[in-house]
Amino acid sequence: MHGLDVTLEEHPFFAGFSPDQNRIVSGCARNHKFDAGHYLFREGDPANEFFLIRHGRVALEIVSPGQAPVVIATLGKGEIVGASWLVPPYRWMFDARAVELTRAIGIDAACLRGKCDADAQLGYEMMKRFLPVLVKRLNATRLQLLDVYGKR
Amino acid sequence: MAPPDARLEEPHTTDAFVPDLYRVEAVRRELSDTVTLELAPISGTRPAYAPGQFNMLYAFGVGEIAISISGNHESGNRFIHTVRDVGAVSGAICRSAPGDVLGLRGPFGVGWPVAAAEGSDVMFVAGGLGLAPLRPAILEVLENRARYDRVAILFGTRNPADMLFRHQLESWRQRLDIEVEVTVDHADPDWHGHVGVVPGLIPHVMFDPAETVAFVCGPEVMMRFTATALTAAGVASERIHLSMERNMKCAIGICGHCQFGPDFVCKDGPVMRYDRIAEILALREI
Repeated sequence: MHGLDVTLEEHPFFAGFSPDQNRIVSGCARNHKFDAGHYLFREGDPANEFFLIRHGRVALEIVSPGQAPVVIATLGKGEIVGASWLVPPYRWMFDARAVELTRAIGIDAACLRGKCDADAQLGYEMMKRFLPVLVKRLNATRLQLLDVYGKR
Repeated sequence: MAPPDARLEEPHTTDAFVPDLYRVEAVRRELSDTVTLELAPISGTRPAYAPGQFNMLYAFGVGEIAISISGNHESGNRFIHTVRDVGAVSGAICRSAPGDVLGLRGPFGVGWPVAAAEGSDVMFVAGGLGLAPLRPAILEVLENRARYDRVAILFGTRNPADMLFRHQLESWRQRLDIEVEVTVDHADPDWHGHVGVVPGLIPHVMFDPAETVAFVCGPEVMMRFTATALTAAGVASERIHLSMERNMKCAIGICGHCQFGPDFVCKDGPVMRYDRIAEILALREI
């Protein structure tokens, strides 16, 4: 049976991490299982944890009062759910709902922030992994905003 | 008086401007603003064509537009065209009824390199109505499935209600020898598929990039993002093919309306290799 450090090592997000760094991060990690329809987190809640999807699919949703939620993106195996843990005030900006049975590794945000503060190299490695994800999603959102399939 | 330009008297040039008459045999509504027409020549047989080529369809008294062929040889002596109502001419064509007559010139242009892709993994990436020009190539690859390695179809559309060829996508998805992934830009919680842009699907099905040939068709911005994502994944730019769209008028490389850098999209395209156009693709002046 694999320990969490091995599970993390196999996740694409942590590709290239040293064994020491994996061990440090796995000290903040735990396994989660979300049944279809269950929420990983809700908008406004403290962003105490972010998630690495091992398998399954998660929908990010925004709710307007009196209207059905709008799904703005879905995330699947190998992807990261949650960036609000990185920036104050550490509150979720969206709902995250499991569309199907989803298994994920949760990383305790306060724990990891503390370890990154104490180990600048670890913090830099985390930023190098998070920033491309954020830029990619920003670009994807810009493309969505263009409504390229609408009539010209 | 100067002698007339001999080039204008060449029979193929002159003939190429004269539409043949085609009868609308069937009309199928695909979406609220999109129909598929089956067109049969009033006399003779329709010309042969390659997947990715286009015809000029002429609504008499209204005008003429370039429309890609969206069917394959199973349509017999008919051309299949899927048309979206976005203007006066396309609107008139979309309002055609069985028995109506349209003018047709073609087929024209360079199609998808389907035969050249044999032995490779093939990834089709379509956005919105871009699935229509890709459909003949998809059908040909599936008909000769053993000649290709892995095959994937990635399709992005605006929302679940605007999904072109939905039944066909569902039947393709049931096959065990291809991967089909569909994503929408916007959805409500009843949609259980992907939400996001179509380039985001590429990592879900990424094959051996050195062995992958990609055929991409959709709005130009979508194609730019897709080509960037494919090259970032390791697919060589000469193995990425895009179907370009410009203002095609003569369709035979004379009038210059569809000039795209050193090329004419009607004659040198519409299917063009990404490495040959990448530098000018993002230039707003082109």
